[in-house]
Amino acid sequence: MKETALGKRKAAGTVLGCFVLFFQIHKRSIRSNGVNRLLTLQQISYDSEDAKEILHDISLEFQDEFVAITGPNGGGKSTLAKIIAGILKPTAGRIFWDGKDITEMSITDRARMGMSYAFQQPVQFKGLRVRDLLKLAAGKDSTFRDACDVLSEVGLCARDYIDRDLDGSLSGGERKRIEIAMVLARKTRVSVFDEPEAGIDLWSFQNLTRVFEKLQKQLNGCILVISHQERILEIADKILYLKDGHVERYGSRAEILPSLLQSAEHGTCQVMKEKMEGA
Amino acid sequence: MDLIEQNLLREVADLDGLPTGAYNLRENGKTAARNSTANIEIIPKTDKPGIDIRIHPGTRHESVHIPVILSESGLKDLVYNDFYIGEGSDVVIIAGCGISNCGNADSEHDGIHTFYVAKNAKVRYIEKHYGEGEGRGKRLMNPTTIVHLEEGAVMEMETAQIAGVDDTLRITEATLAENATLEIKEKILTTGDQHAESKFTADLNGENSSCNIISHAVARDESRQHFSSVLNGKAACAGHTECDSIIMDHAVVLASPQLCASCQDANLIHEAAIGKIAGEQLIKLMTLGLTEKEAEEQVIAGFLR
Repeated sequence: MKETALGKRKAAGTVLGCFVLFFQIHKRSIRSNGVNRLLTLQQISYDSEDAKEILHDISLEFQDEFVAITGPNGGGKSTLAKIIAGILKPTAGRIFWDGKDITEMSITDRARMGMSYAFQQPVQFKGLRVRDLLKLAAGKDSTFRDACDVLSEVGLCARDYIDRDLDGSLSGGERKRIEIAMVLARKTRVSVFDEPEAGIDLWSFQNLTRVFEKLQKQLNGCILVISHQERILEIADKILYLKDGHVERYGSRAEILPSLLQSAEHGTCQVMKEKMEGA
Repeated sequence: MDLIEQNLLREVADLDGLPTGAYNLRENGKTAARNSTANIEIIPKTDKPGIDIRIHPGTRHESVHIPVILSESGLKDLVYNDFYIGEGSDVVIIAGCGISNCGNADSEHDGIHTFYVAKNAKVRYIEKHYGEGEGRGKRLMNPTTIVHLEEGAVMEMETAQIAGVDDTLRITEATLAENATLEIKEKILTTGDQHAESKFTADLNGENSSCNIISHAVARDESRQHFSSVLNGKAACAGHTECDSIIMDHAVVLASPQLCASCQDANLIHEAAIGKIAGEQLIKLMTLGLTEKEAEEQVIAGFLR
């Protein structure tokens, strides 16, 4: 039988289809085996301008999961988060996103690839309103409904807030919640939060943990949260404990949390322990 | 009116045609259209170029448009407009000047506006200045605003010069009687080798009078700006000025605030800040996916809103 052009195209299409199917199955099997490496940090080090070593030889892998990053102050948590977002460039080492080297990639390009970052100290703007920033975060003309969706997640009523300037006229807690709302509006694959619980005022931790759980469920992406709060560590898939610029411990919550809580208890000084027990 | 003039009118007065209510449209040094209403009379001056705008006492919720447009290169226009705002009235006045200069000779508009705001009257005055054109001729504007606020009178003044004016000297002088209030918001953006100078003087003569002057300015490229303000507190009063400038590239910004109190109950404050765009603002916007340039434009647009 004479082979037609249409027949050739069909045959080619079938081969391509098989390949795509194979690739999808393969990809799923990689994920199900827990080998899917969304972000890979390879021997990352960072020295401050005055040559102080902040991070030393950090190698880590993050998948589509919720990772709580904890550890003592000055341990390098925020520096690590800023290196992931591209705000700081590592002194040594490489970062990969789905196998692609992004070490030299700008903040903007990483954001466009699907990276979000919530600052520990939200930035203030003169004349830029909550509405403007949510629109920029969403990357489109967001409607009142869109703004309402994300602001209500952080316990703010859009009607009261969208026309407010994002400046000192808002309380620290309000600015912090709007910072979180901006990340929610972006709906990205990777979301990094630097101490989201700090200064959250009357809004409870319970609401904050619910936000992270919902975000993880909706996006099925990678959420990295720097936190000192046990309630946040309790809902994480994994916990990373950073100390003095080194990875002290990294593993599942079940592996890490009990030992962390135990060491925290042992770390309490005798006088305080006696007082607390006495109370 | 040709397309250039229509565009100028849109830029300075947000108008696509003649407005409703009272208006006086000045085009290339002559009155092109004028309309008075039952409560607002616009009368041409006989001794010098300009108009008298007489707003009857008790006039409320009415507006006056007095735009000026210059599209002839090399024209020097000088105009005196006097506003008499009647007792107890509440009105909006929209002024503004647009110059399109495609020629090689300088075009200039000098407007001297004097406001007599009677007892308990309230006026909102909006003034926009705009220039355009590719010619080598400069676009020059020198607005002078003199304000006399009687007892309990209120004036809110919003001025903006965002683009295309090569050189400007903006003078604002005010006297305030008892319980009078003056609020001024100024926005200026200079680029290229433009020069802008803003001089404010307010005499707070009356008990319980108050004055608040806020200037937001952005100086880019090689441009130069000078802001100066003088608050004279002569009674128990409240005066506040704020001069906030963003400096970029190789621009020069000078702020010269001056406070003078001759009454121990005068409360006068000045705030001045000059600085570049905060790096953290740019970084925040870049984490939302904006380039550094786009982030810069957003910060400036917000600052000059």
